[in-house]
Amino acid sequence: MASAFEYAPAPESRSVVDIAPSYGLFIDGEFTDAADGKVFKTVSPSTEEVLSEVARAGAEDVDRAVKAARKAFEKWSALPGAERAKYLFRIARIIQERSRELAVLETLDNGKPIKETRDADLPLVAAHFFYYAGWADKLDHAGYGANPRPLGVAGQVIPWNFPLLMLAWKIAPALATGNTVVLKPAETTPLSALFFADICRQAGLPKGVVNILPGYGDAGAALVEHPDVNKVAFTGSTAVGKAIARQVAGTDKKVTLELGGKGANIVFDDAPIDQAVEGIVTGIFFNQGQVCCAGSRLLVQESIQDELLDSLKRRLSTLRLGDPLDKNTDIGAINSAEQLARITALAETGEAEGAERWSAPCDLPSSGYWFAPTLFTGVTQAHTVARDEIFGPVLSVLSFRTPDEAVAKANNSQYGLSAGIWTEKGSRILAVANKLRAGVVWANTFNKFDPTSPFGGYKESGFGREGGRHGLEAYLDV
Amino acid sequence: MPTTAPAFADVTASDGALRRFLHGLPGVDTVGLEARAASLGTRSVKTTSKAYAIDLAISMIDLTTLEGADTPGKVRALCAKGAHPDPTDRTTPRVAAICVYPDMAETAKEALAGTGIKVASVATAFPAGRAALPVKLADVRDAVAAGADEIDMVIDRGAFLSGHYLKVYEEIVAVKAECGDKARLKVIFETGELSTYDNIRRASWLGMLAGADFIKTSTGKVGVNATPPNTLLMLEAVRDFKAQTGIQIGVKPAGGIRTTKDAIKFLVLVNETVGEDWLTNEWFRFGASSLLNDLLMQRQKLSTGRYSGPDYVTVD
Repeated sequence: MASAFEYAPAPESRSVVDIAPSYGLFIDGEFTDAADGKVFKTVSPSTEEVLSEVARAGAEDVDRAVKAARKAFEKWSALPGAERAKYLFRIARIIQERSRELAVLETLDNGKPIKETRDADLPLVAAHFFYYAGWADKLDHAGYGANPRPLGVAGQVIPWNFPLLMLAWKIAPALATGNTVVLKPAETTPLSALFFADICRQAGLPKGVVNILPGYGDAGAALVEHPDVNKVAFTGSTAVGKAIARQVAGTDKKVTLELGGKGANIVFDDAPIDQAVEGIVTGIFFNQGQVCCAGSRLLVQESIQDELLDSLKRRLSTLRLGDPLDKNTDIGAINSAEQLARITALAETGEAEGAERWSAPCDLPSSGYWFAPTLFTGVTQAHTVARDEIFGPVLSVLSFRTPDEAVAKANNSQYGLSAGIWTEKGSRILAVANKLRAGVVWANTFNKFDPTSPFGGYKESGFGREGGRHGLEAYLDV
Repeated sequence: MPTTAPAFADVTASDGALRRFLHGLPGVDTVGLEARAASLGTRSVKTTSKAYAIDLAISMIDLTTLEGADTPGKVRALCAKGAHPDPTDRTTPRVAAICVYPDMAETAKEALAGTGIKVASVATAFPAGRAALPVKLADVRDAVAAGADEIDMVIDRGAFLSGHYLKVYEEIVAVKAECGDKARLKVIFETGELSTYDNIRRASWLGMLAGADFIKTSTGKVGVNATPPNTLLMLEAVRDFKAQTGIQIGVKPAGGIRTTKDAIKFLVLVNETVGEDWLTNEWFRFGASSLLNDLLMQRQKLSTGRYSGPDYVTVD
């Protein structure tokens, strides 16, 4: 909405982070080049500026890293839990101390707004390390009997949407339970993982306990396939998740997969409307909708549909899209040209299939990868935009008449990761939540995360739980 | 002017109808409302936008003195301050109004002659509102006769909390009639005593239906006064009321807003909830006393680059 009260640019300073022109792989406590000398560039999605050149791991490097992790495992797993906890607490504190630097770095490499890295990503990253640090000496009481044993070497492959947070979800429980790790960050967002490698050194973490291998899918596949990896943890697309499940079939590797989603955000006619509108916005436009548990399907009770859509459109016209480093930016850049192309193609399919497309008037920057927050109305279960995960700032609006119909439509998906329920009626929340086939069900909120809460999916959204006490199981031989 | 917007004439036909209407308004989720207000509180307002916001905030102040110790001298000093907030910089805007008790309204009116600054007077047995209706109306009549341009009334919280919404409504209607076309009416809910956000939304609609020109959070005399969430909620109410009736109602947070940083947060709420239609002292006010000096110090800091401290603004 145009206003006399325009906010002057308020960019967070880039000078708090010092990005080196090149980075190596982090293996056995040292930064090293790739065996075949390959490198790749990582760019800032909001400007397409090259941020750094990063060594690209190959199969040989994976083998080296797994060997280092195996070597470190013996001593690390033999440490008393309280000693492992000390390292994790130390890492958590360093992350807090360096949080401004890491937030700016993550915003540069990922394209998401500084408001989110500062207020959501980084506090959650530190909270995950603090939380699992607390478990390290209490594993006897986790519900798996006395002295539960770690698995060994964990091979972890993480996505680009929450680079450092997904690293925390993977590494914190693995280390707390006594495993060592080899982690591959996504090729478009390797930098925060490499800064984390530096934090491991700063914390004095023993060599080889954490190894970081920036690279592409081939490195991820080599890590998953490596015979000396005992545990595979993957967060990413359902297609890759299926490939991993096939790769590890017939081995004794323990696997957790956290894959795609098409979360239903269900708004009943007795919902707190203003807060529901906020929840819808948070549900689908947080991190430009590049969130596996995004509330990308809005199911609204038909009797309030028009009123709710008016409110939602009015609210969307106040979203501020632009420079992710500006503290007043709500919507940042899409992570990569490839992802932008995918979102664009799916939105075109939505139009071609007859759904009505709407975006608030919005100027997109001339360089970088941008997509305006978009609504599709007139969507039915038969539309592609109601079924396929778009992984972008695109909301499909469907309607329902009764609670049973809402549940049936919400569950009518190949995915089952998240759902939201909006109603002022407590009994309805409980009744509907029990019928939803989704790993996370939020009531009168959305996209709220907490390290104490387990997270994971039904159906093609994956299996295994991360976070909370449940998250320990994935890293224990139980 | 009709006291009830025609679209809602039937909801005030009986106590039962009014209760059903108010209880049928969408609920307010406390966590969500507070989260939204906090999130807007992180907006970074710097340089030119800060200068704009400071001047706007000064122009929106109802500079207030509501003490038992008020004297004509004190009121005249406050009026002089309101007309020339910063004697070292005549580009500083004037405040919107001087807010006093009814017996000081005449003094204020004289002191403000020719300045364009309004006289606002609290009335209706402010702040508790515990008096019979004829007494309250006499209070209003006095203030209007003394030249008050604006009447800040308090609702009967006892009646509201015991569910007698029609009684509250009728009182506001009666006060509005007493104001006639001489004074604009601000209706104070004392949100700290209504306690829940659902109550604040109901009170907002009740006040708007009864003909309030402004809805106002609080008297400044209880523990919890204006907060970003309760003001956000009232802004949502005036926004929805305008969408449904075409009638614009003003909002006045009062009490507890002391710093420039706080004031800017409220202006951000206005900007991003109801937009520029409300970004004028015709439709948004701050009920405050110490806020002005902080705004002046920040204004001096912006224009000179130096923060000179409290000795460089006037004490009233």
